[in-house]
Amino acid sequence: MIDEDFVSLLLKGREYLSVLHQEDCLTLQSDPAHIIDLCTHLRDEQTFDLLADLTAIDQGEDASTRFILVVHLYSLIHKSYLRIHVNCLDNLNPEVPSLSGVFPAANWHERETFDMFGISFTEHPNLKRILMWDEYPYYPLRKEFPLAGIEVPLPAADVSEVTGANVDPAPMMGGPFVSSSNGRLSEAEPRGKDESWTEDTEKLL
Amino acid sequence: MYSNEVGYNSKIEGEVIVTRADAVVNWIRKHSVWPMPMGLACCAIELMASAASRYDISRFGMEVMRFSPRQSDCMIVAGTVTYKMAEVVRRIYDQMGDPKWVVAMGACASTGGMYRSYAVMQGVDNVVPVDVYVSGCPPRPEALLDAMMKLQDKIGNEPAVKNLSKEPVTSVAS
Repeated sequence: MIDEDFVSLLLKGREYLSVLHQEDCLTLQSDPAHIIDLCTHLRDEQTFDLLADLTAIDQGEDASTRFILVVHLYSLIHKSYLRIHVNCLDNLNPEVPSLSGVFPAANWHERETFDMFGISFTEHPNLKRILMWDEYPYYPLRKEFPLAGIEVPLPAADVSEVTGANVDPAPMMGGPFVSSSNGRLSEAEPRGKDESWTEDTEKLL
Repeated sequence: MYSNEVGYNSKIEGEVIVTRADAVVNWIRKHSVWPMPMGLACCAIELMASAASRYDISRFGMEVMRFSPRQSDCMIVAGTVTYKMAEVVRRIYDQMGDPKWVVAMGACASTGGMYRSYAVMQGVDNVVPVDVYVSGCPPRPEALLDAMMKLQDKIGNEPAVKNLSKEPVTSVAS
């Protein structure tokens, strides 16, 4: 059972650990230095032996702690999830110890997090990009990165030379059109959004 | 009916057939299109359906799907072409022997489709010359069959003999 006894026992003797909230599942906050110890303890002693997800949050360039690593563990005994937030100390070169030694499943998750957010995982056995190509200079899920992309050369220079193809920003054509959660349906739906501008014509005022 | 159709009427022509070299070459080519299924996303499922018994692409003489570019002459790009994959598509295209054709199947291969994103090439025609575009997300098998018949019409009207002396398309190292 994930109850108050469980939480107080877990927090006992771990000053670096705190409870953030407990709405959908117990959410703990840890610091990078103790994350390996904590996960090993949760895996071996508390039956949280399934790494369900590992990703990150970018809080924006102005946030005091910009990058937060989020780890979801699952216990088949408790039938319950547990979430761990790890604040990355450095906003410019975020660095977290790799969990791939504790959970082998973390290997590719960490590569994806590195690819998308640029968080380095120390001691990772093979930390290179997994979705974008190796030479890609940006981290696409960071807040300052535009959805349309940034112009860079195509990964293969010889293909680019023959075809003239390039990695160009995608035409947004007034988009992206996403539904808003409130208001009348005719205004909340994507087709109700302002489509009066494209990359070629200015937005009508 | 068609000026370039090969016709033979033994009562008129005896044992001699007279036609144009283009007509013969195109007639042979268009009825033995060997597609190379470049299946990159969900369009490939519709492509498989087109080849299966209900829609049966073999009725039109192009059922010999080859998974080797060396044995194919029509690449069906079925799915989302990412920038990372674009290089591969071009290299496989270059490995196909001439003459060769490309069908961009579905919205993604034609224009990038719904993926207005940093990772997706906005149309495979950025890296390979496309002969037929098919709309739909994904297109129904009938749409693909229609596209392949349009491709047959296109092949039927090519100056095949003149093309033999044409300079080959510049290719990348493959």
